[in-house]
Amino acid sequence: MEYIVEMLNIRKEFPGVLANDNVTVQLKQGEILALLGENGAGKSTLMSILFGLYHMDRGSIRIRGENVTINNPNDANNLGIGMVHQHFQLVETFTVTENIIMGAEGRFLLDRKKAGEKIKALSVQYGLNIDPDEIIEDISVGMQQRVEILKMLYRNAEVLIFDEPTAVLTPQEVHELMQIMRNLITEGKSIILITHKLKEIKEIADRCTVIRRGRVIGTVDVKTTSQQQMATMMVGREISFTVDKEDRKAGDVVLSVQNLNVLNNRKTPALKDFSLDVRRGEIMGVAGVEGNGQTELVEAITGLRKVDSGRIEINGREISRYSVRGRNEAGIAHIPQDRQRLGLIMDYNLGENFVLKSYYHKPYSKYGILKKEAIDKHAEKLISDFDVRAGNGVKSPAKALSGGNQQKAILGREIDLDTDLLIAVQPTRGLDVGAIEYIHKRLIEQRDSGKAVLLVSLELDEIMDLSDRIAVINSGELIDLITNDSNIDENDIGLMMAGVKRGEQQ
Amino acid sequence: MKRDYTGIVKSLGAVFLGLLAGAILMIAIGANPLKGYFYLFQGGLKSIERIGNVFAIATTLILTGLSVAFAFRTGLFNIGAAGQMLIGGLCATVIGLSVELPRLVLLPVMFLAALIGGAVWGVIPGFLKARFNVHEVVATIMMNWIAYWVVYYTIRNYFTAGLETESASMPAAGQLRVSWLSQLLSGSYLNLGIVISILCVIVIKFILDRTTLGYELKAVGFNRHAAKYAGIKVNRSIILSMMIAGGLAGLAGLTYYTGYSVNIQIGILPSQGFDGIAVALLGATSPWGVFFSATFFGILHAGKGFMNANTSIPPQISDSIIAIIIYFTATSLFIEKLYKKLRGRRADRKQIKAGGDE
Repeated sequence: MEYIVEMLNIRKEFPGVLANDNVTVQLKQGEILALLGENGAGKSTLMSILFGLYHMDRGSIRIRGENVTINNPNDANNLGIGMVHQHFQLVETFTVTENIIMGAEGRFLLDRKKAGEKIKALSVQYGLNIDPDEIIEDISVGMQQRVEILKMLYRNAEVLIFDEPTAVLTPQEVHELMQIMRNLITEGKSIILITHKLKEIKEIADRCTVIRRGRVIGTVDVKTTSQQQMATMMVGREISFTVDKEDRKAGDVVLSVQNLNVLNNRKTPALKDFSLDVRRGEIMGVAGVEGNGQTELVEAITGLRKVDSGRIEINGREISRYSVRGRNEAGIAHIPQDRQRLGLIMDYNLGENFVLKSYYHKPYSKYGILKKEAIDKHAEKLISDFDVRAGNGVKSPAKALSGGNQQKAILGREIDLDTDLLIAVQPTRGLDVGAIEYIHKRLIEQRDSGKAVLLVSLELDEIMDLSDRIAVINSGELIDLITNDSNIDENDIGLMMAGVKRGEQQ
Repeated sequence: MKRDYTGIVKSLGAVFLGLLAGAILMIAIGANPLKGYFYLFQGGLKSIERIGNVFAIATTLILTGLSVAFAFRTGLFNIGAAGQMLIGGLCATVIGLSVELPRLVLLPVMFLAALIGGAVWGVIPGFLKARFNVHEVVATIMMNWIAYWVVYYTIRNYFTAGLETESASMPAAGQLRVSWLSQLLSGSYLNLGIVISILCVIVIKFILDRTTLGYELKAVGFNRHAAKYAGIKVNRSIILSMMIAGGLAGLAGLTYYTGYSVNIQIGILPSQGFDGIAVALLGATSPWGVFFSATFFGILHAGKGFMNANTSIPPQISDSIIAIIIYFTATSLFIEKLYKKLRGRRADRKQIKAGGDE
């Protein structure tokens, strides 16, 4: 059995953190090996060692059976190892060709034409469907990722490492990426896929190496292992995939949106006569493909976007002319889509972030003077109530927290506001299974305690797991409102998300 | 929790490298740098009088530095301290020259006039930024020139005496100079301005660290999207921040034109306004940092004449050192890197935390 890449007994220690402890990972020629582990398990460290970004303390790396030393990414490139980073390394204003040849331009004069032809040929060979002359900022995120892949192929990479490649993609793009990965394998490449999404592993990978706290827990054959088994290996305990939720009768209307019209940034209609009621004790899920008006809906309700016409009521009070703060006070809590851009001030510490919406109230301030003690006490309570893990507790800056803990902090802050309406947008985006489970539980808890919850998510699974009712949105219109019970059909919803109404379905 | 000394190390590193570069310049013109620096610092520190003068020079720089630093914390770049300082000085001068009041009343009125004049000059670019998204750098530079010509016109037509290029001298009642302070420091021209500037350092520190206003302004500076999401009025914060920054620079004008000197010259944009940017940068935009960096610049300014008198080194070397230090503060990324490297693998660990799997 020939391995193309072997990382044997790797050890990497950072002061106080043992990131990799005697880790052995072996990649066979022509397979897709998944590297599964929670955030912070040591997957990225391991791959950074393979790519020459870190140096290991102990262990060895073999490529096609030969011992090698990899000191920097150039060494890795020369050995035929390429990495598709989670955050793309592209120049937005350059063309596809220019981005791909960057760093491998060859001689003094650029030969764009020749490079373009080679890129075109590669694109056809692997079914990437890329136009080499497009400017990066004009193409979709999914296409940009393909440019990253092409970059590797252009440099004759044999082994491709994908770091969480689906985190930024829409469901269709994920589907297309899977096809591309299959094409790569058919053409003789080998792939290491870093992920924590079990569904994807099940769909595409051949084998799966599970890492937990810097150690290899085991390597399993994907075909014969269930998602449940892999999840248990990853987390170290049983994980429940089904969300336990008792039936509950919904109460009075808390949020009422009536005939709402809103423009998007390009001044074209984003919402068209959109109406929706959310009641006490229910989770209303908004399902739709990205960019169909969900963002604008949430911004219009929370006051971040101007309403063109229509009414927004909270407990019967019309609020569409209120300021953001006025709406918060009227009873809206909001877990925003982008936790780093909107949800937190990354340079503020946890204590300061926890009072982001309440700093001007007693007991956190009096006569305009902040009361640090009260702020810290409040933060300590939320840190323990919501299990936020931070190195320096209250004083940790938000930017030092992992994504899951940042999200827990936001969740804690918003729930603590104790408002009648909780809006949660993509609350589990990019989080690992443990954190997702936790956040889902807390959202259900809010519903059970009689809050109205508006859940906006691009993950249909999440919507179907949590919601009592589902509003399907397409091109800014409400396509249908469905009660989420046993009669529900995922395919129907998929069609509605594409804009096909119930009567029009065959 | 360990305190983060990166800011201090960065500033000291820039100072060190600036002095080093100054030494190279001195060698290049054939002078002995050790001797040069000896006289430079002796010139600033050798007597009580000279130390007093260091703080007299620093007084104005502290206030313009605070002005720039404060706006900076709200994410705004106030290039207009010079103009705000001129207008503050003009308002104080006009009042001091035209009304007769007992000193105890006159000085506070002049203080208020300078504060309000500077604040108005700051609030206009703030408003333009908030309402029409005019970049504050452009607007404040324009305001500098408007201030320049307003002063030129007003002083020249209404407040000259003798010379056409400067206002009449401030009567004693309207001066910040007090005889007991000068006598105490054997004739130094240190004045009540230093009290104003130190009080401002304390007040600004308090506002930034302890008040809801400071919390809001810093939130806007760090991330205006998140601030807006939280319900903070971003536009109001921008206007308010520029108003306070302008007020501080206005007070700088008060201390300069009625304390350090006793009249206001026309046709000059005060360089202290622009040095304020350097002071703020070297002071890492923290109030006490501004205090210390202004004092350091005060030493260089106070000592350069003495160095020139005792060696062949021209005083311009001292100005060059200041300029080089500014370069090193502005490009201090590599000092930061060096510091992190010296602190060893701590940096690696931070990277893991920040760059992890997310």
